[in-house]
Amino acid sequence: MSGVTVFGVCAAVAVGLGLYGLITNPQPLRKIIAFNLLGSGVFLLFGVVGRRGAAAGVGNDPVPQALVITGVVVAFSATALAIALLLRLFQKAGSTTLSNGAPPSAGSDPPGG
Amino acid sequence: MLPPAPALDAITTTGGFLLVLSIVVPVAGVLLGFVLGDRYVRLVACAIIPLGLAIAVAILVVLPGSKGPIVYLLGTWPPPLGVALRADGLSAVMIAVTAVVICAVTAFAAADFSPSATETRAPFAFWILLLAIWGALNTIFLGGDLFTLYVALELLTFAAVPLVSLEGRAETLQAALRYLLFALLGSVLYLLGTALLYGRYGTLDIVLLSRRIGTEPTVFVAAALMTTGLLAKTALFPLHLWLPPAHAGAPAAASAILSGLVVKGSFFIIVRLWFNVMPGLPGFAATQLLAALGGAAIVFGSVVALRQERLKLLIAYSTLAQIGYLFLMFPLAFGASGRLESGGALAGGLLQAVSHATAKAAMFMAAGSIYARLGQDRIMALGGVGRILPISVLAFALSGLALMGLPPGGAYLAKELLLQAAAEKGQWWWAVVLQAGGIFTGAYVVLVLAHALAPANEPTTPDSAAPRIQELAALALALCSLLLGLVPWEAYLSIPHGVASDKFGLGALSKTLLPILGGAVVAILLGRWEHPPGRLSRWKALMVVVGPVRRAGLALSAIVEGCDNVLRQWPTACISLLTLAALFGASMLLSF
Repeated sequence: MSGVTVFGVCAAVAVGLGLYGLITNPQPLRKIIAFNLLGSGVFLLFGVVGRRGAAAGVGNDPVPQALVITGVVVAFSATALAIALLLRLFQKAGSTTLSNGAPPSAGSDPPGG
Repeated sequence: MLPPAPALDAITTTGGFLLVLSIVVPVAGVLLGFVLGDRYVRLVACAIIPLGLAIAVAILVVLPGSKGPIVYLLGTWPPPLGVALRADGLSAVMIAVTAVVICAVTAFAAADFSPSATETRAPFAFWILLLAIWGALNTIFLGGDLFTLYVALELLTFAAVPLVSLEGRAETLQAALRYLLFALLGSVLYLLGTALLYGRYGTLDIVLLSRRIGTEPTVFVAAALMTTGLLAKTALFPLHLWLPPAHAGAPAAASAILSGLVVKGSFFIIVRLWFNVMPGLPGFAATQLLAALGGAAIVFGSVVALRQERLKLLIAYSTLAQIGYLFLMFPLAFGASGRLESGGALAGGLLQAVSHATAKAAMFMAAGSIYARLGQDRIMALGGVGRILPISVLAFALSGLALMGLPPGGAYLAKELLLQAAAEKGQWWWAVVLQAGGIFTGAYVVLVLAHALAPANEPTTPDSAAPRIQELAALALALCSLLLGLVPWEAYLSIPHGVASDKFGLGALSKTLLPILGGAVVAILLGRWEHPPGRLSRWKALMVVVGPVRRAGLALSAIVEGCDNVLRQWPTACISLLTLAALFGASMLLSF
């Protein structure tokens, strides 16, 4: 099994775990962490893609690296925004549930996640 | 080794700098706003907006003169090494509409978000975010490669999410967080698709990719992931869990932007992806699936809208239904050659997006004036508002008529184009859905107007402090939407000759009556009424017939609302997302 395949499989596993966590975890903080895991899987895939470009004799393809750096910045800002919203929600409502129906009322849920 | 000769669309054309300006100017406004602080931010926005409008007009003027799209190569590097900005007719039209809607919203919001208010944070955030959304949308309309589009899409989301929670109440923060998390899931799927495409073809430039792309399993997976991710951001049924609370909870000016413009950003990328990157790929089954989701969105959105108690929630659900309308063009653009053709159906779909952007923004602004004046927006308690706020109610009525597809509105022209395409392709079932969509729209507009024009329950005191400019901004935008059919679109969109030339004749009148009368019937059968029509003695005889039908209709719509509640749960929505991705992949695979 070549290195590229190993990393490809790792990327697939990270994406799968991230998706699973994003769907099943009810707490927003865990959803945010799962999103980061999912994002890491995609970035790893970009790395694999760059490495495969190298097999074609171009050296290591620099374009996927540039894309990953941009992607990391975007994911970082997304995480920061989500955490800021989450903190604000916790300050306002005292809980961080995302479920439908009744608006969050104070003390109905354990804080944070 | 000689470098390959640049292709025709790989050189900067005259007027290319306009494309850069249309992105740089709003972004410069954001930065300037940050530097000058909250005292001057409104001034900066008001100075930037006419400039942006002028650039949009300049692009509209230059485009017909240049052969093909306007192109600008950043740093004069041709793709695949560099990044290109391209403006074709679709981009030019969308940029112009965005500028018009933003102008109207600015006029509306100038009073609400003035720096003299006791609270300075919300006005500051509003103007900064407004300019940021504008810059992001223009980047989406001009972006020439898939990764630029990804970055622009994320910028759009990051600017739109805080707009939802501008008031800082717990419900709106919750709505914003749900919106952000679901949108992030969508954009990660899009990015995954981008990675797969780059890995296979070594470029993300739209023109180069469309030449290289073939029918391979990788491409099907990538296309399915990207489409589904974008659908989640567009809030097409059943991926709409975030839309109703987010659009109904935001302040009126923000709702107008979110509902009118922001959802069109991801919709536009879907159009680019399907029509420009891979017109030969989706196949018959995938286009039918996409439009079937649109049809379901029309039925669910409209029926649930009729059951809402609050006006803003009704309008938010109406947005859900209208988003469904946008996706009906895909099967109608599917030609005999097995490719999506940029013909009349595409023009119709884009016109639908344009007229929805203007009409729905006007509708939200009118609802905002009503909310500000009454202090609440329960539909049952709207009685007498027609007397207090005649201009706002008129704006609501006109934008409703425009949405229904009444001549000479943009939606009317769009509907005629789509109906003609349906007749040509022999897909009569989409013609039925198109007419039903008009009738459902008629139903909730009639329902609201019937309540608004009813006499007041208790006498209300006239308030002289109602800012007239807000009402006039809504009215101007509604009129704009109703007159869109008169604009010469042929220079920008490929409209077949002779479509909808008869805008004021008898034929047009009969098409007008169908959505209004049908809508009235549906509203009586499914709507909420404080005093059901049967209470009036004159209607007693009629009620013997209508009563059982209405009871059955209400039972059905209660079931639909229950389904909607289930679909808006987080796990259900995520599972629908993954199921849709699998279905799209499978349907594309089966076409070959």
